[in-house]
Amino acid sequence: MSSPAQAPAPLLRVAAVTKRFGGFVALDSVALDVYPGERVGLIGPNGSGKSTLVNCISGTLRHEGGRITFEGEDLTGMPAHRRIRRGLARSFQIPKPFASMTVLDNLRIPLLYAAGRHDGLKVSEAQSAAEAMEILASVGLAAKAGEMSGGLTQVDMRKLELARAIAAKPKLLIADEAMAGLSSSEVDDILQLLTSMKARGIAVIMIEHIMRAVMHFSERVAVLVAGRKIADGDPKTVIANPEVQKAYLGE
Amino acid sequence: MSNKAFILICALVAAALIGLNPLLTNDYFFSAAYTVLLYVVLSTAWNILGGYTGYVNFGTAGFFAIGVYTSVALYKAFKAPLPLMIVAGTVVAGVAGIGVGYLTMRLRGHYFAIATLALAVMLFTFVINWDYAGGARGAYVIAPREAPFGLGHYIRFLYAIMVVLAAIAIAVARGIEHSKLGRGLAAIRDDELAAECAGVPTLRLKLISTAISGGLMGLAGTTFPLFISFVEPTSAFSLSYAVNAIAMPVIGGMNSWLGPLIGALLLGTVQQVVQVTISSAWNLLIVGVLLVLFVTLAPSGIMGWMRGRQRRGRSS
Repeated sequence: MSSPAQAPAPLLRVAAVTKRFGGFVALDSVALDVYPGERVGLIGPNGSGKSTLVNCISGTLRHEGGRITFEGEDLTGMPAHRRIRRGLARSFQIPKPFASMTVLDNLRIPLLYAAGRHDGLKVSEAQSAAEAMEILASVGLAAKAGEMSGGLTQVDMRKLELARAIAAKPKLLIADEAMAGLSSSEVDDILQLLTSMKARGIAVIMIEHIMRAVMHFSERVAVLVAGRKIADGDPKTVIANPEVQKAYLGE
Repeated sequence: MSNKAFILICALVAAALIGLNPLLTNDYFFSAAYTVLLYVVLSTAWNILGGYTGYVNFGTAGFFAIGVYTSVALYKAFKAPLPLMIVAGTVVAGVAGIGVGYLTMRLRGHYFAIATLALAVMLFTFVINWDYAGGARGAYVIAPREAPFGLGHYIRFLYAIMVVLAAIAIAVARGIEHSKLGRGLAAIRDDELAAECAGVPTLRLKLISTAISGGLMGLAGTTFPLFISFVEPTSAFSLSYAVNAIAMPVIGGMNSWLGPLIGALLLGTVQQVVQVTISSAWNLLIVGVLLVLFVTLAPSGIMGWMRGRQRRGRSS
C-alpha cells in the first residue's frame, strides 16, 4: 500500500473493517486511509461491498469488526448525524431530496444542523439563506433555488445531493455513484464539480463505474472485489494489475 | 410574520371569541363550540407528529384519555383546581408521548401506526381495571353549578378555557413550523435517512415531536370530565377522537397549522349540525365519506387544493 507522503496523519482511517449480513461477508477486513484534500477513487464490480463500506463509514450501518477513525477519533457507535457534524459527509447513489422543500430549503437542513458544529459556530436562519445561495451558485443550481426539489431532473438532483453535502462544510465527501445514468456531458459537469472540491479543502472518495471519470479524477484508486480490497495505489498501476483486470473483464 | 405578532393575533381572536359570551343566550351553542374547539386542539396536536414529522398516530384517543383520567384522578384525590388539572394532564400525556416514542420510533410507516393503536388499546384495558378512577363503571366529576367571573352556566366557562387552549395549540404548532425544529421534522418526513446524514438528530427530534403532540392531545382532554360530568372508558377512548384527529388534518391539509384548523372547524361543525338535525349515529359515516372523497380527489386537503388553484391561476 502506498500512502502519499505529503500528510503524515490520515483524515479517515478504515482499519480491518468487517461487515456481515447473516452468513454473507460483505466486507472482509477492509483497510483504507484517506488524507486531507486527497481524491480517491473506489471501484469494484456490483456487489463488491462499495456501498456497504460507505454506509459503515457514514454511520448508517454498523460494522462488526475493525475500527473506523476520523481525525484520530474512533467513530464506533457514533450515530450518522454526529459524524457529519464532525465533517464526514456523503451523497446517496439514488438521490434523496427533501421533496416537499424548495432547492434552497434543502440546503438549510445541513446548514442549520451540521455546518459549523465542528468549529463551534451556529448558523442562523438569515445567514443560511445567503450561504445556501452561494453553494447553489457554485454547483450551477442558483436559477432553480426556488423550485420544488422533487421536480428536478436527474442531473440536477445529483447536483443537489452534492450541494447538500457541501453545505455541511465537510472535510471528507463520499460521493456514491454520483454520475450513474447521466449523459456524457452531464458526467463532465459532475466530474468538474467533484474535482473542484480540492480548492475547498475537501477530500473526496468517489465511487464510480465510469472508468473515464475515475481515471480523470483520482489521485489514488482502491479496488474492492467480493468484500476484499485487492489493490490500492496509483491509478495507472492499479488498472494494469492483472487481478483487477480479471475482476473487471473476466479471463 | 414573526412569532410574537402571530401570538398577538391568536390572543386577539381568542379574546373576541370569549367576548361572544354575553351576546348569545343559548347555552347549547357553547356546548357545541366546546366540542368543535376540542377537535381543533386534537387535530392540531395530531398534525405535529402526523403532518410535520410524517408519523401516523392511530392512538389519539389514548393520549386524550390520559388527559381525561389525570383530571379524574386529581378530582378524586383532592378536588384539584382546574388549572392544576390542565397542567398535570398535559405533562403526563407529554411524558407518555416520550415513552411511546421511545418504544415505537424505531418502527416506520404502517408498523408505527399499528403500534400506536395497540398502545391505546392497552391503556383502555388498564383504565377499565383502574377502580380508583371509576374503572368500567365510570366516575362522576361534578362541575360547580355557577361559572366563575359571573359567566352563568359552567359550560360558558369551559368554552372560554377551550378557546384559550386552542389558541395555545395553534401558536405552538405554528411556532414549530417556522423554527429550526420544524425544518428538521420536515426533513425527517421527506427522507429520514437523508435527514440523519444531513446532521438532523432524528431520534431526538421524533421524541420531541411525540412529546409535544401527545402533550397537546392530553391538554384537549383535561377539561373533558367537567364538560361531560360522567366519565367512563368508552366515551374517553371513543373511536371518533382517533378518526377525527386524522380526518380533520387530511381534509384541511397537513403541511401547515391552518389545515387542521380549517378541517376541524369544517368537519366539527358539520358533525354538530348533523347531530342535532339528523342523528348522532350519522357522524362517523359522514367523516368516512368525506375522508374517502378527499383522499381520492384532493389528497393534499383543502389547503393543497387552493394552492394548486392559485398556481394554475398564475400560470394561465
